[in-house]
Amino acid sequence: MDVKYTAELAKIRLNKEQVDKLGSELNDILSFFKNLKEVDTKGVEPLSHVLALKNVFRDDIVKPSLKKADVLKNAPQKDTHYIKVPRVIKG
Amino acid sequence: MKLYELSAARLISLLEAGEIKASEIQESVQKRIDEVEDRVHAYATLDRNTETGSSKSAGGESVLDLKGIPVAVKDNICTKGVPTTCSSRILEGFIPPYDAAVINRLKKANAFLLGKTNMDEFAFGSSCETSCYGPTHNPWDLSRIPGGSSGGSAAAVASGEAILALGSDTGGSIRQPAAMCGVVGLKPTYGRVSRYGLIAFASSLDQIGTITKTVEDSALLMNVIAGGDENDSTCSNEDVPDFTKSLEGGIKDLIIGVPDEYFVEGLDKEVEEAVNEAIKLLSGLGAKVERISLPHTKYAVSTYYLIAPAEASSNLARFDGVQYGLRRDAEGITDMYKVTRSSGFGEEAIRRIILGTYSLSSGYYEDYYLKAQKVRAVIAGEFKEAFKKVDCLITPTSPTTAFKIGERIEDPLKMYLSDVFTIPANLAGLPAMSVPCGFCGNNLPVGMQILAKPFGEKTIFKTAYAYQENSQWHKRKPSL
Repeated sequence: MDVKYTAELAKIRLNKEQVDKLGSELNDILSFFKNLKEVDTKGVEPLSHVLALKNVFRDDIVKPSLKKADVLKNAPQKDTHYIKVPRVIKG
Repeated sequence: MKLYELSAARLISLLEAGEIKASEIQESVQKRIDEVEDRVHAYATLDRNTETGSSKSAGGESVLDLKGIPVAVKDNICTKGVPTTCSSRILEGFIPPYDAAVINRLKKANAFLLGKTNMDEFAFGSSCETSCYGPTHNPWDLSRIPGGSSGGSAAAVASGEAILALGSDTGGSIRQPAAMCGVVGLKPTYGRVSRYGLIAFASSLDQIGTITKTVEDSALLMNVIAGGDENDSTCSNEDVPDFTKSLEGGIKDLIIGVPDEYFVEGLDKEVEEAVNEAIKLLSGLGAKVERISLPHTKYAVSTYYLIAPAEASSNLARFDGVQYGLRRDAEGITDMYKVTRSSGFGEEAIRRIILGTYSLSSGYYEDYYLKAQKVRAVIAGEFKEAFKKVDCLITPTSPTTAFKIGERIEDPLKMYLSDVFTIPANLAGLPAMSVPCGFCGNNLPVGMQILAKPFGEKTIFKTAYAYQENSQWHKRKPSL
């Protein structure tokens, strides 16, 4: 596994030491997973969810939601009505 | 009388008889926390603010009345106004603006909320050692782990630092710590309890459940938390029986299946003996015992550790330093994400995010994630067939008793294999309970696991209650 590349996909930055350690651990784990190849799954539908759920519909009625101030309370950086993030577009 | 040692059912009957007041129970438990918390470290946050703690809100007329019984809640369940961190640095300072569905229900039933219990970071672990707050200690032997990930909840109930507790179970996180701390842990059927406000780990496997001193207390707490919820579309509208009514009645003619694949190499001899003795006891009470085979059990760990991290890597994408929790400053937004996530997540969280990202990534998806989903279908099908022949299954909960702090943390694969007997129930969505069934020579508790078909909690309650009525293990207390 290319640990560094996969970590970048998940927006995680690793140092060299971490890449080496995780690399060997994850390779051990992945080789353990190879036992799944023994299972004959020809014609088996993948199971993503255990309940036979159908779509759940409800009437489209407007209900009160959380107050803006309550939602913004947890934002690490904010302006009166907005969450602030570092510049996204180069200006 | 040490009130903190009593069960909720016993306390409620004392309250109803007017022999004690709720405030006396609360004081007894708070005093017990002051006495032992330094050594046990069951809590991530203690809520000493009686305004949020006593929560005298809506309730009153509810038939489901916990009458001020103190309850501890795992730190991945959102509590309005009380920090909720999943024992992770990345949620540092997060104070939910709303209550999880189960917290709403507890408040309506007049529960007294004590605080948030320690856990493995984001429930990634089987020992509580991946918590950013440091490990919880097993009340039976402080040098050992309490199990995980709901180790704080199990240790709190075992040590008298709570009367009842909520945990969550994705691959055994309620049952395994319950077994290792000598208490009762129930993972209900997937969809039995609303997950609204439970910070998601693996959405198709996660389920909130109970950690209690007795089977009866589990039924009491389930009556409060179970049932449909419009805020969780995966929560079932299946009728919720009064679980306390399914306790009595005995187990004559109940058919218990004992799967051979759970009594294999790696299972501690003393654990095996304790579970076999328990099965013998149940057989003596009139149950019929049949050996059965679930040949795909050995593939459950691989299946789970592909599916769960895949779902986790998606669920944890939301922790990016923008809306809540930790943010580390950086020049551009992508760098901010990376610096924040790399410093906010602990080692096991990073390991699972990378593993999950890999199994979902292009070129590997079919060989890993999709294959695991197909094997999951085979495992679920195997259980379905088994429950045509038997009413419930009995197995050990964990292959060993509590291990030493530090013993497995450097070997992730070995840690993953600790969950070998609990994972299958999550893959198939089954209800499963761990019940104390003995002690090993070193005075560490052993748990047996009882599994039933989906929405078959009544069978579990009936079986587990019959066992507790005829055994004494759950009455032993750790000396702290």
